[in-house]
Amino acid sequence: MLKTFPKGGVHPPENKISSGVPIEAMPLPEQVIIPVNQHLGAPAEAVVEKGETVKAGQIIARSKGFVSANIHSSVSGKVLKVDKMPDASGYKQTSVVINVEGDEWLETVDRSKELKKNISLSGEEIIKKCAENGIVGMGGATFPSHVKLSIPQGKKCDVLIINGVECEPYLTSDHRLMIEKPEELLTGTSLLMKALGVNRAFIGIENNKKDAIDKLKGLASSYDGISIHALKVKYPQGAEKQLIKALINREVPSGGLPVDVGTVVHNAGTAFAVYEAVQKNKPLVERVVTVSGKGLDKTLNLLARIGTPVSKLIEYAGGLPESTAKVVNGGPMMGKALGSLEVPVTKGTSGIIIFRDEESRRKEKGPCIRCARCISVCPMGLEPYLLMTLTEKELYERAEKDRIMDCMECGSCSFTCPANRPLLDYIRLGKAYVGKIIRERKQK
Amino acid sequence: MSSVVLITIISLSLLGVIAALILYFVASKFKVYEDPLIDEVEAALPAANCGGCGFAGCRNFAEALVKSDTFEGLNCPVGGNETMALVAKILGREAPEVEPRVAVVRCNGTPGHRKKTSRYDGELNCTIAHNLYRGETDCQYGCLGLGECVDACDFDAMYMDSKTELPVIIDDKCVACGACVRACPRDIIELRKRARKDRKIFVSCVNKDKGGPARKACAVACIGCGKCQEVCNFDAITIENNLAFIDSDKCKLCRKCEPVCPTGAILEINFPPRKSEQTKEAEKAEA
Repeated sequence: MLKTFPKGGVHPPENKISSGVPIEAMPLPEQVIIPVNQHLGAPAEAVVEKGETVKAGQIIARSKGFVSANIHSSVSGKVLKVDKMPDASGYKQTSVVINVEGDEWLETVDRSKELKKNISLSGEEIIKKCAENGIVGMGGATFPSHVKLSIPQGKKCDVLIINGVECEPYLTSDHRLMIEKPEELLTGTSLLMKALGVNRAFIGIENNKKDAIDKLKGLASSYDGISIHALKVKYPQGAEKQLIKALINREVPSGGLPVDVGTVVHNAGTAFAVYEAVQKNKPLVERVVTVSGKGLDKTLNLLARIGTPVSKLIEYAGGLPESTAKVVNGGPMMGKALGSLEVPVTKGTSGIIIFRDEESRRKEKGPCIRCARCISVCPMGLEPYLLMTLTEKELYERAEKDRIMDCMECGSCSFTCPANRPLLDYIRLGKAYVGKIIRERKQK
Repeated sequence: MSSVVLITIISLSLLGVIAALILYFVASKFKVYEDPLIDEVEAALPAANCGGCGFAGCRNFAEALVKSDTFEGLNCPVGGNETMALVAKILGREAPEVEPRVAVVRCNGTPGHRKKTSRYDGELNCTIAHNLYRGETDCQYGCLGLGECVDACDFDAMYMDSKTELPVIIDDKCVACGACVRACPRDIIELRKRARKDRKIFVSCVNKDKGGPARKACAVACIGCGKCQEVCNFDAITIENNLAFIDSDKCKLCRKCEPVCPTGAILEINFPPRKSEQTKEAEKAEA
């Protein structure tokens, strides 16, 4: 019996079309647009100017405050401008635009293919290296990793969890990393264990990636304290609270964090980035992006430099098929549709999924029929139909009492609703208002 | 009458009397003293319960009025000066004359002016669309056209124009309660001072981008060039973040700014048509 989380969950079609496609490095674009805000927390501040020549791996924006991250150039070339450019949301934010010239890297970066398993740094030094190299959560949340690794006073951590679940349909970048770079991933896991001061790490992988599970199980024996666990295929198994419950049977309290139950969760891609940062002095400047969709002739797992326009990835994949109606940044459950393709790949871009017209049409919204399916699928045990109605009626106090802030926006409710009610859209809206009320209350 | 009917009548009447006595004593014991003036003031208010005064309904506003010493910060936009004068009489105070205001939509991004670059098929709510992305055009500040403001209006003073895809405010019905201003996630609607004959002069744009990108996104965007500010003799125009703003409290509606605006971002409403240069020459010759 495979482990799983007890409450809720749905089974969207997996569509892992690109799971057998090896990672391919994309050719360099002519220009990159690197936003200074690619992470949760305060945006970084640009430290380069128009006309400056930069090398790949060079810092171009410095983190501001504790919850922030450094940004590095992913290419070598000349800074065209530091200006407000649209990001994936279409809103403009400060970005460093670089015209690419050659592919020269900072001398300190080790670009050899040599596998470096020996860990010589202390836990504190590892955390510092993560901070210097701009490592953030690659699962999509982009939380600065060095902050997550700094256990607050009074809290303890006894086990590390590596999230190799990748439960979103279509996305396969973590899957390919686990198959093609398993030793690097396991070394990265050991580095994270040392940073946290723990001697146990659990790597959770959904059972639809049997080749990755077998590969890692075979190699994990030579790494102290690391065990590989296959999990039942159910969305959202990759959500950290659900992953913690399934793997180690601990429940993160409402409003709390994983560290409250003695664990920290890092994405598999983050573990790989930590390996590159600590063992190879390589900052986070490129990532694997899945380009997929049923209308494409070939799907890809592209290793793309941060700042590459999405249009270039699609061009490389053979261009937009005629049938295209929507291009989604991320997965189909939690991703957001793009209004323009001239937006850059950032640290959190896990995939670009192209949907055909018949797959994109929203069905007509109906009234709530009180079937309670949304309640039965909510992994957090909430009542989505109620939270939507409370938001529509602006009854924010009740929404807060009914735990609207516990919603992790997985989309299972909207996916399930037989009346096609936009449950998640309204819950997100309610969360924004309730969040504002809570902030104002704290200020008083 | 049978004894059963008699007993029934007597026992039920007795119960009724006892219940009435209990209610009477409880009502007088737990009676909350309320200043009788509050009832009087409430009767003078329009009873729209719209919240335009900033209080939770007309009764709440009446309480605030009776409690306070002055009319500082207390005004009913729906009833206006007429209502405030009545209230002043009841409370034996002087009511200051407040200049009436009207809501104005500061965006002229019609489909003709502002090209669409994507199609939104999500929930038809402005705040939801605004939180998701910049909108169907390249202007991230402009009206989304989904009508949250129209839904918020309690006075039937707004409707959505299907051709311009912008909200329209019916001046006669608008009471400047502020509901639409609060509803708009992009702060596009403003309460401006009413002028005679419902005339208006305002910058119909809230785009804070630099001139180039602003104009590329919309043909009638304000580019913050400052030409309007140069010709204003009343210091009514300020330019901040590449955007001009005409202060309706200072503006004397002299109409000097509208013709010098290179993009046509400044709109003048309900004025007589301008005489062309030819007509002016002809009139001069005739005189």
